[in-house]
Amino acid sequence: MNRGEKTFGILITFGILFLFWILLSGLFDAFHLIAGVICTGIVTLISHDLLVKGGDKKFIGKSLRLFWYIPWELWQIVLANIDVAIRVLHPKMPIDPLIIEFETPLRSDFSLVTLANSITLTPGTITISVEPEKGMFRVHGIAKEPADALLVDQTMQKKVAEVFFVEWPGTDQPVKT
Amino acid sequence: MVVVVVIVTLFLAGGLFFTLVGSIGLLRFPDFYTRLHATGKCDTLGTGLILIGLIIHHLFHYSGTPLVPVRLIFLIFFIFIANPAATHALMKAAYEVGVKPWKLGDERR
Amino acid sequence: MISVFLISSMLVIFAIFLALYRVILGPGVFNRTVAVNVIGTKTIALLVLIGYYTERPEFFDIALLYAMLNFIGTVIFARYLERGELWS
Repeated sequence: MNRGEKTFGILITFGILFLFWILLSGLFDAFHLIAGVICTGIVTLISHDLLVKGGDKKFIGKSLRLFWYIPWELWQIVLANIDVAIRVLHPKMPIDPLIIEFETPLRSDFSLVTLANSITLTPGTITISVEPEKGMFRVHGIAKEPADALLVDQTMQKKVAEVFFVEWPGTDQPVKT
Repeated sequence: MVVVVVIVTLFLAGGLFFTLVGSIGLLRFPDFYTRLHATGKCDTLGTGLILIGLIIHHLFHYSGTPLVPVRLIFLIFFIFIANPAATHALMKAAYEVGVKPWKLGDERR
Repeated sequence: MISVFLISSMLVIFAIFLALYRVILGPGVFNRTVAVNVIGTKTIALLVLIGYYTERPEFFDIALLYAMLNFIGTVIFARYLERGELWS
């Protein structure tokens, strides 16, 4: 990666960390601001390629789409918890666990982590393991209906693929730029 | 402002309900994997709802320091990302070691 | 207003005692690790509630720090159980 892309990663990381410093301390006098610049400078120099992979030109677009994806995610979290609450408090406890596997076309680290977290927070499923080379997920489901919603419908995988600009094979969903 | 008291009590009651359901599920479910289902989802949302109720209480009661709820918002984001990751790490470790999942009709473990 | 926080704190402590039952009873090390993680998450909620009950804002920083410690501890312990060692 050349100088231009590295500088972009350094600037984004420095900006986000310095924003955290200002919001967490709440003090705006000269000593604390200079101490903040020094500390975030040292941390950015050590770890600037963790948040933004070098050469990632669509970072702003992906961040904006991620903010658009979060409200749907929160609604799924509430539905998941109501589902688990019904299964726990029911006198007969209707559970029937099973393990399923499926493949996705996602390959980058951040998109795999987002999909694994979303599967863990959705009704009835938890990710067991992820294989980064083929994008294969192994998922433990608590009953047949939530596991089927993940395996057959595949709404959540399509939404995450849309956030990270990945084309879904089999449908003619165009890559949005 | 009675409306604020009612809203905060509603959020706290919802959060406490989900927290207690998570603990009851930890006792009632028959297997390790199903217990992870109960706690990984209900604990996260229960704590999140309690914290949202407390943020609303702070914004209306102590409006002199508006930067303190920012720490609670960071805490909510961190819990929503960290608790599912820890759940997944434990489940993967149990699967690799060889803990057998529970099928319908086995006895409790 | 203050008594609502006290009742909430007592209910959270009751939930912690329910999870403590699984720490003592649970067969094997995995059930006990899950119960310790659950106790840690409920302690975060308890710390913030106590912070508002006694009107001292220092408890929120302690809660933020304990959330990070709880997460790192559970992940490192799961990694040790999976591999038998921490590095290499």
